[in-house]
Amino acid sequence: MEKAPSLKPGEVNLGVTNRVTDKLTQIHDRIFCCRSGSAADTQAIADIVHYYLQVFTVQEGQPPTVEVAANMFQRLVYDNKDQLMAGIIIGGWDAVNGPSVYSIPLGGSLHRRPFAIGGSGSSYIYGYCDATYKEGMSREECIAFTKNAVSLAMSRDGSSGGTIRLAIITKDKVERVFVPGNELPVFYEG
Amino acid sequence: MTLAEPLPTGGFSFDNVARNAMLAARGAKPPKATSTGTTIVGVIFKDGVVLGADTRATAGPIVADKNCEKIHYLAPNMYCCGAGTAADTEFTTALISSKLELHSLQTGRQSRVVTAMTMLKQMLFRYQGHIGAALVLGGYDVNGPQLYTIAPHGSTDKLPFVTMGSGSLAAMAVFEAKWRANMTRDEAVAIVNDAIEAGIFNDLGSGSNVDVCVITKDNVEYLRNYNRPNERGVKEQSYRFPRGTTTVMSRKVINFVDVIEGDAMDVTA
Repeated sequence: MEKAPSLKPGEVNLGVTNRVTDKLTQIHDRIFCCRSGSAADTQAIADIVHYYLQVFTVQEGQPPTVEVAANMFQRLVYDNKDQLMAGIIIGGWDAVNGPSVYSIPLGGSLHRRPFAIGGSGSSYIYGYCDATYKEGMSREECIAFTKNAVSLAMSRDGSSGGTIRLAIITKDKVERVFVPGNELPVFYEG
Repeated sequence: MTLAEPLPTGGFSFDNVARNAMLAARGAKPPKATSTGTTIVGVIFKDGVVLGADTRATAGPIVADKNCEKIHYLAPNMYCCGAGTAADTEFTTALISSKLELHSLQTGRQSRVVTAMTMLKQMLFRYQGHIGAALVLGGYDVNGPQLYTIAPHGSTDKLPFVTMGSGSLAAMAVFEAKWRANMTRDEAVAIVNDAIEAGIFNDLGSGSNVDVCVITKDNVEYLRNYNRPNERGVKEQSYRFPRGTTTVMSRKVINFVDVIEGDAMDVTA
């Protein structure tokens, strides 16, 4: 059983600068983060946490838990909240807690959740997520849930769009899924 | 022993920020920086990277330089196109170039493109966008050909073809229409030339000539003024008035001073 964190793809910054941006960033073997807000800010934070986790692994002789990574993110976001525009979702698998998802919104608070949404498009899909999410979903159900949620957000949010990227993180491996713009799940378009 | 004067530390100086803010508050107009309303591009091809740039530099509505260089040297295997504030692109690339040289001397290895990209993004992020450098970084290292864009706030993108500057939309339109995977050197140079030409002709901030730089394994071709599509035409006719066009009706010389010959200058050794 795994939880795939969901977020909007594509990027806007006075126009589209990159139509295939990868906002799902790997920060350790089994830990990823979804970046929203300022690209410069979230990239800088993710690079720092990536470095911290490498040091952690060497010093502790074992991989970090997702909780550890989430706390590192929270510290950076909270301590520098006045200068940052960063909404981050952390997801991954570890030997202590199994699969877990954390959300860090703009203020720098930290929430462990069964699923998390964020970014400008997320406001459009709270209803869909609450209505559709069920505890103990299968892998395929989780993939469909995230894919549909992101596609619905993309169709209503002018600042989201392009492609969908997914990461399915389990104990044994990480699978990356790329959904091109012409193969997105389609809903009512009237 | 202490030095009488502290040694200059180098780098950017923000000493006058408070003074300038005070002056500006009293209505003083700050000087205009030479900005490169620019078209710069890069593309990865089969065995290397091609960078391209126009050669116009502007200061507000004025063309400050009709043939400037926007492709900067970073390392023997790396070059970097700069858009934005001309001084900032020149100094940031020069600074990182120096750091890369020392780093490769220290490690005994050729510099990697990711290293340059990380150094540039960390510096630009530290200055929170106040250094107005928008860069296209291209190079060839142990991991093959690589291409990045770096925005003034420090965000980066890694793509097979990129454009930046005020002419980026015109140039990107060319790439989106003509780009294909695994192009040859000549195809890549041709598409880069077309992209820069699109910027030169369709964007007012860009103009003049096309500079191209081809980086492959162990080789760099810096093609300065690869294309000059804006040569000044030869005039069909001379518009100079021949001597005597205006008739001299009369002539009168008035001596306001009397020039008196003095002693000859002493030129003995």
